[in-house]
Amino acid sequence: MFLTRVVFAAALLLVGASSVQAMDLSPDAVKIEDDAIEVSLTGKEGDPAAGRKYFANRKLGNCLACHANKEMSEHLFHGEVGPPLDGVAERYTPEELRAIVVNSKAVFGPETVMPGFYSLDVGKDVRKDLVGKTILTAEEVESIVAYLVTLK
Amino acid sequence: MLKKTRMLAAVAAVAGFALAGSYAVAEPADDDLVIDGTMKMTVRAKPPEGHPLDEVRSGWLYRTEETRALEEDTFQNPGMLYVERGEEIWNTADGKAGKSCASCHGEAAASMKGVGASFPKWDADAKRPINIELRINKCRQENMQAEPYKFDHADQKALTTYIKHQSLGMPVSVDLSQGDMQSWWEKGKETYYTRTGQLNLSCASCHELNNGKYIRADHLSQGNVNGFPTYRLKQANMVSLHNRFRGCIRDTRAEYPKAFTDVLMALEVYVTWRGTGLSVETPAVRQ
Ligand code: HEC
Ligand code: HEC
Repeated sequence: MFLTRVVFAAALLLVGASSVQAMDLSPDAVKIEDDAIEVSLTGKEGDPAAGRKYFANRKLGNCLACHANKEMSEHLFHGEVGPPLDGVAERYTPEELRAIVVNSKAVFGPETVMPGFYSLDVGKDVRKDLVGKTILTAEEVESIVAYLVTLK
Repeated sequence: MLKKTRMLAAVAAVAGFALAGSYAVAEPADDDLVIDGTMKMTVRAKPPEGHPLDEVRSGWLYRTEETRALEEDTFQNPGMLYVERGEEIWNTADGKAGKSCASCHGEAAASMKGVGASFPKWDADAKRPINIELRINKCRQENMQAEPYKFDHADQKALTTYIKHQSLGMPVSVDLSQGDMQSWWEKGKETYYTRTGQLNLSCASCHELNNGKYIRADHLSQGNVNGFPTYRLKQANMVSLHNRFRGCIRDTRAEYPKAFTDVLMALEVYVTWRGTGLSVETPAVRQ
């Protein structure tokens, strides 16, 4: 009885996970044209409140490692490797912001230090468990973009 | 008693760092490193020919005032405990030959002066460059008939620290004319500029292009090696150079090479050269 429930729950999870991913554009299918990505990677709008959390989370975007952001003054340490992101939505369209987060190298050139968060064009000797995986999921990218759009 | 005071100082410094970091200035400090008020270290040097930076700087300049102060005072420097431990090992017989380092080399203050400033060196037997750790292992196997130390064994770190400390203040200088050193330098350079891992970063991404800037709470230095093994407050322990290299590569989310492999030995040759002219600071204190 217990076992059946577990199996059932697992099956639900699988269905849940695959149906979400089926909607996502795979990293190879993403097209960057004129420094912009026109369509949402998930087909949906991101959630800015979730994006705000992913932005600061060291295991996800960790964007604060390199970018200062006045809107997040509750966090003590802001990096300086990239430009401050205050008012970034006035400098770029949402479609351009999506392209920057997905694959900054396609926008700023191959020399940029900023990682591509939804790109498989990565460095050598990638950690084995991360091979073929992107730093962020499509949903995480969309939510971070939705958050960036609020930085006016 | 002595040990206790040093440890307390280290703990206080860690607490100090957390506070100081948030409003510290980004540029390297405009400061001189004078140990015990008498020994002036070279913390800024003119780069060797072909070096990409305008000035070679010690990682000491990028640390907070509290951390810098710990290295200025031999009594407060927690790394000095490991120098003391290294001296004990130097004088203790080990292995089937019944010999200690001192049996062959006498007083380290005389026989080891300059050694820490000139390694890694070409090893004609191994046909590759070796560092102090590997030189110690070679002596243990060939001259003492003792087992080589495993990587990062506490005694390996203490003895390496003791030997390098005998060159305190002397300028780092690797001789690239020996053996095949030049081609190892080339290989190390290639590794230095190769981007690794899911984050797609090279050593140069952080230490050449962005030294002087904060990456979250960490103030990026030029990544020089003149202070190794260094005492790291975060770990409350000595950290060997290959441990540091592996940590930096791991942070790019890459598989990282084993200590003393060709990749890391070549990197040591190249990165040591990048710090040419800086004083040996072992044991340096870092965050
Ligand atoms: C390792 C460093 C690093 C990380 C981590 C990083 N960035 Fe960047 N970012 C940069 C750099 C450097 C630039 C400047 C582009 C260039 O010239 O190379 C940049 C530029 C940008 C820009 C354009 C800003 C402008 O005003 O032109 C945006 C937007 C941006 N990053 C967003 C993000 C977001 C969102 C994240 C996290 C998901 C992130 N970055 C993570 C280094 C980083
Ligand atoms: C993602 C950023 C990053 C990358 C990439 C990176 N490092 Fe580091 N490294 C750091 C940070 C942060 C520290 C601690 C602060 C400091 O001393 O610069 C550090 C410290 C060091 C130190 C100690 C410096 C001292 O004074 O004690 C050395 C040596 C070093 N790195 C070498 C390397 C080498 C060689 C590579 C490439 C294989 C590399 N690093 C790649 C971030 C990085």
